[in-house]
Amino acid sequence: MGRNGTIARDSEINCDRIAKVYDGDKAALSDINFTIPAHGIFSLIGRNGAGKTTLARILSTLLEPSSGRATIDGLDVMADANKLRERMAVVPQEGRTVAWMTPVQAVSAYLLWRGLSYSESKRKAIEAIAQVGMEKQADRLNRTLSGGMKRKVLVAMVLASDAEFVFLDEPSTGLDPISRQDLWKLLIELGKERFVFLTTHYLEEAESVADRIGILDDGKLLTLGNMDELRGHLKHQYSVKVPKGVDLPPVQGEIITLNNGLVQVLTTKDEALEISHHLIERKAQFSVNPVTLDDIFTYMVGAMDPELRESKEVEEE
Amino acid sequence: MSRLSSQFLASILVNAIYEMKNYPAVLVITVLSPLSFLTLIFFISDGALLEVGIVGGLIMTMFTAGTSLQADLSHLKNDFKLQDMVVASPTSAPVYVGGMALSELIYASPALIILAILFSIHVDIEPVKVLGIVIVMLLMFLMSISLGFALATFSTDIVQSFAFTRLLSLLFTTLAPVYYPLEYIPLPWRYLAYLSPTTYAAQIGHYLIGFVEVSRNLLIVNWAVLIAVTIFFLWIGLKKARWREK
Repeated sequence: MGRNGTIARDSEINCDRIAKVYDGDKAALSDINFTIPAHGIFSLIGRNGAGKTTLARILSTLLEPSSGRATIDGLDVMADANKLRERMAVVPQEGRTVAWMTPVQAVSAYLLWRGLSYSESKRKAIEAIAQVGMEKQADRLNRTLSGGMKRKVLVAMVLASDAEFVFLDEPSTGLDPISRQDLWKLLIELGKERFVFLTTHYLEEAESVADRIGILDDGKLLTLGNMDELRGHLKHQYSVKVPKGVDLPPVQGEIITLNNGLVQVLTTKDEALEISHHLIERKAQFSVNPVTLDDIFTYMVGAMDPELRESKEVEEE
Repeated sequence: MSRLSSQFLASILVNAIYEMKNYPAVLVITVLSPLSFLTLIFFISDGALLEVGIVGGLIMTMFTAGTSLQADLSHLKNDFKLQDMVVASPTSAPVYVGGMALSELIYASPALIILAILFSIHVDIEPVKVLGIVIVMLLMFLMSISLGFALATFSTDIVQSFAFTRLLSLLFTTLAPVYYPLEYIPLPWRYLAYLSPTTYAAQIGHYLIGFVEVSRNLLIVNWAVLIAVTIFFLWIGLKKARWREK
């Protein structure tokens, strides 16, 4: 790895049996094991309280694990924290820009804390604010900015830094769809040069920007991989969704009743076509797609109606 | 510009310069607080306690500057999550806190300057005694920033933090005999005043300006208590404060 801002291609993030227990008995993470390349964008998804923030905070040297060991590019997050802090930057969950400062002042102050000179930090801050498209707001007080702009200022802080490892904890929470897409563009650019650890509960965000995705639930890592690898967890690669009560033909695929009033059939491409023809003939509403991260997440986490799942199992019998 | 001076400058800019520039009302309150007590004491005592009040104002300003650190650190940590960004950066805890402490001094500087001018006009003492008062003020500051940092790291709620800062200020600078001599408190209530470290600081200050007579032994006790309490709070600040959460 280099202090010139580029990460060696063989650099890795490693978690070895990481666990975190709060207040003696509240397990937030249990036995987290993975190794991923320390470049590109890694997104950790999961429901609220799944442990995403806890893992992000442990890896970004903000929180001590209860047990286990984590390394970034061979440096231990506990023993080598000071060395790592030279090379990382964090935007914490619910991070906010300081109200009485302007975007340029906020970015510039952050760079001063990172050790840059006043003139250098000012120059880089102006560049970063321009990079996030906020030249016109550069000298306005942060408290007068919209929520989306405030988040952009935080991203500009890490953008302006020379940090190789960037941790962003739910950076798009509360943003409108346009602002969120603007943020995704920034993240994709950031991920070309650095390692980005992104936690989110927006599945389409993870699917759009991440090179690798981990699914965390109840403190356990259920799976991790790129989208193709994650799709491999499902027997079927296509999803047909119809409202409950719509007459379906006999199918080989798996029928899942979702919480949102829809019935999902996970199936093969050929059978998805057959079902589509059947539904078109009956003028029924439906959608057919290759399986998305949403489908994989629902399948892995099992966030479906348990009662109806039982009835589906009875039908199969 | 060295890395260390950049890091100190960041804290000063964030916690003092930009805030004073953009929210001048806060600055006015900081100046008025010690001066309002001084005015009150001046009128009530018909001018007799002016020198005592000036020394009290200096002690109060230094102590309050330190305890304000608690509220400010807590505000930046809990409301803006800025401390997380700093923890995961090359800035160390002592440099961050040192910078923040300096920022509190800069924040308090208008009040300190006014009080220093009043001191130079109304208090006529030898330079060595002025040095003694400066040392007392620095000990007060060191003690209160250590306490402030330790408390801030455990704080999770800004409302509680601000309330606690006001409570500390009330107990240690308003009720305690800082603006007035200890002897004005009737016995046995006077013993309660000895629970406050500012009492010892103020008694040394009042002695140095020649307002009260203090025996050599009592003076040694006052200095010893003041230094011991400062070391204790420094130890608490260094040992108990959390940079990385557990």
